[in-house]
Amino acid sequence: MSTSRLRAIRTLTALLFASIFLCGCGAAAADAAAESTMSRVLWLRDYNTRVVILGATLLGTGAGFVGCFTLLRRRALIGDALSHATLPGVGLAFLLAPLLGFDGKALPVLLFGAAASGGLGVAAILTIRALPRLKEDAALGIVLSVFFGAGVAILSIAQQLESGHMAGLESFIYGRTALMTAGDARLITWAGLIATATLLLFYRELTLLCFDEGFAAARGYPVGLLDVVLMAVVMLITIAGLQAVGLVLMIALLVIPAAAARFWTNQLHRMVMISALIGSLSGLFGAAISGVFPDLPSGAVIVLVCAGLFFLSLMFGGARGVLVRVLRRRGLRHAIDREHLLRGIYELRESDLRIQTDDFRPAAACLAELHELRTWSRRQLQQQIRRCESEGLVWRRADGGIELTERGLIEAERLVHNHRLWELYLMTHADVAASRVDRQADAVEHVLEPELIARLEQLLEQERGRRVIPQSPHAKEQV
Amino acid sequence: MASEQIPLSIQDLTVAWSRKPVIWDVEFDVTPGQLVGIIGPNGAGKSTLLKAVMDLVPKASGRIEVFGRTWRQSRHRVGYVPQRESVDWDFPVSVLDVVTMGLYGKIGWFRPVLRRHRELAMRALERVGIGEYAGRQISQLSGGQQQRTFLARALVQEADLYLMDEPFSAVDAATEQAIVGLLRDMRAAGKTALVIHHDLHTVQEYFDSVVLLNMRVVAQGPTAAVFTRENLERTYGGRLTLLDEATEAMRRRERNL
Repeated sequence: MSTSRLRAIRTLTALLFASIFLCGCGAAAADAAAESTMSRVLWLRDYNTRVVILGATLLGTGAGFVGCFTLLRRRALIGDALSHATLPGVGLAFLLAPLLGFDGKALPVLLFGAAASGGLGVAAILTIRALPRLKEDAALGIVLSVFFGAGVAILSIAQQLESGHMAGLESFIYGRTALMTAGDARLITWAGLIATATLLLFYRELTLLCFDEGFAAARGYPVGLLDVVLMAVVMLITIAGLQAVGLVLMIALLVIPAAAARFWTNQLHRMVMISALIGSLSGLFGAAISGVFPDLPSGAVIVLVCAGLFFLSLMFGGARGVLVRVLRRRGLRHAIDREHLLRGIYELRESDLRIQTDDFRPAAACLAELHELRTWSRRQLQQQIRRCESEGLVWRRADGGIELTERGLIEAERLVHNHRLWELYLMTHADVAASRVDRQADAVEHVLEPELIARLEQLLEQERGRRVIPQSPHAKEQV
Repeated sequence: MASEQIPLSIQDLTVAWSRKPVIWDVEFDVTPGQLVGIIGPNGAGKSTLLKAVMDLVPKASGRIEVFGRTWRQSRHRVGYVPQRESVDWDFPVSVLDVVTMGLYGKIGWFRPVLRRHRELAMRALERVGIGEYAGRQISQLSGGQQQRTFLARALVQEADLYLMDEPFSAVDAATEQAIVGLLRDMRAAGKTALVIHHDLHTVQEYFDSVVLLNMRVVAQGPTAAVFTRENLERTYGGRLTLLDEATEAMRRRERNL
């Protein structure tokens, strides 16, 4: 698989994304003329809409960022338990705040309650996990369901007490950006900014923690404290996201962007950026769409957008996407077939010509002979010959014989030489060879040390007698 | 010998999970400038011993001195090579990134990794013979190369005492030779290494002294004197398995109560 081809795929995919984006915008813009809410949302006419969309976008960015770390720390599901554990806190804050002289419907009060019970939930998980013979999954299951159940019960009590005031509380379960005020959105914005800044500050330490906890601890890093920092950021994002995404679906924003980003890259800093981008796009489109259709829970929309981006990443991701992997496998198969063909033509005739001439040139090979050589089907062989023909490596004579061109000969010589050096290396250094043989390498020189190659060449020299190219160390059955 | 010259001194060390002891009354001093092998069957507490030294598992009793001081005070002089299987090799970092992690302590919190640090890491990679893999993602490495990466990460620390958890497990012969060469270079530079080892055939060739461990120290001292058939039988078979069964039975009874 050539790198240029991979690059082309990446460019194509980027274009695909861009066109989807533009189509979406274009179609929406067309409708906007007719639909006034839509146009107001899309062109960000309202100050309120603007801050809500900005808030959701920043929330997605922060969630995508922190999600990378929790995913790599294999703690992704703690976020889910945490978000569910916030519900009783919301209900209790609503019920108890008036007794303490606060407004029970004010967002900061509700979020404070959410944070308190979320923190309690995490503490409960850690306690249960520390008990003998109970593992983390049990702890997560217990805390998630019990806290959520308690929350539902408390909310129903609250509903009986003051039915008129309840509409706002339910939005915490499924998310509803439509009910957000500019002040609420500013709160989210701040949370997103603080979360991102914290993660940047601790970036290296958190990476070490996620990769190799034991080593980090041995080097004197406060592993427990770093975990607390990570959990605190998850908590901040979760609490901030309650209104926009809702506690049931918050986990999606913490897991899906990070998982999607993994298909695009093998480097953490890129993964973090891509994950943050996917998160922010989900927040942006989710909030915008649910702004246009106020009855649609924004959490659901955000998650669906997120899932769409995940699917695209899964299929077209530049590092591990399905398409790239299929193409890579095909490319590898072609490269092997190509080598087999060139070497086949070369070696078929090589054994006939035991005289050394300066312009040693294998005569044409016929199709039947080549077909005998390998397990390839006739169609496969024909295809490969056509490919090599178009590359200018072989040509077909009028009588059907396949002959190497000048370039083909050089390439075949190189391949044969390389191949035989590897074979010799395997045979003479059997003890250490297995770990170093790299048949994918263009040349043996790229992998082995020059001294070793010189020794191998010498060995080949001895074996090859009067021939230009060393004889294959195999017993040649086809002669 | 002055205590600050002794790289590692373990006294009366016991580590236990609930009722089941993992290591009992372990006591030994490590001679400076030696390659020391820790030998023992599976479940003998070899990894736990290293972790107890590094304060990673709680001690039930005992005292540990590293260069005559506490672990906390001397930890910057100790390099650690964990078991290769202990991490996820699919993690999205490059080989050079992993080696640079060995320098994080020197770089300090909230400071960027500079070119100087990357050059140090690169040199360590070249020392273990995989300089050309620096930019690769770690999942593309073979087992031997992964082990070398871990070694390089410990090397950049320029520690005086190295604790290695099975560096020879499941590596190819070339890597094994490279690691042995490195250990000998370290010894020549006056460093000490405590190495958990599994392959009994190579013990005499690789190590100056050995600690035979099976929950307690069976024997300890220069390889020539201690690595005997009789001691090995005492470490790997015989009465100690009885002891193991007894504790297991006790634990079972406890669970049923």
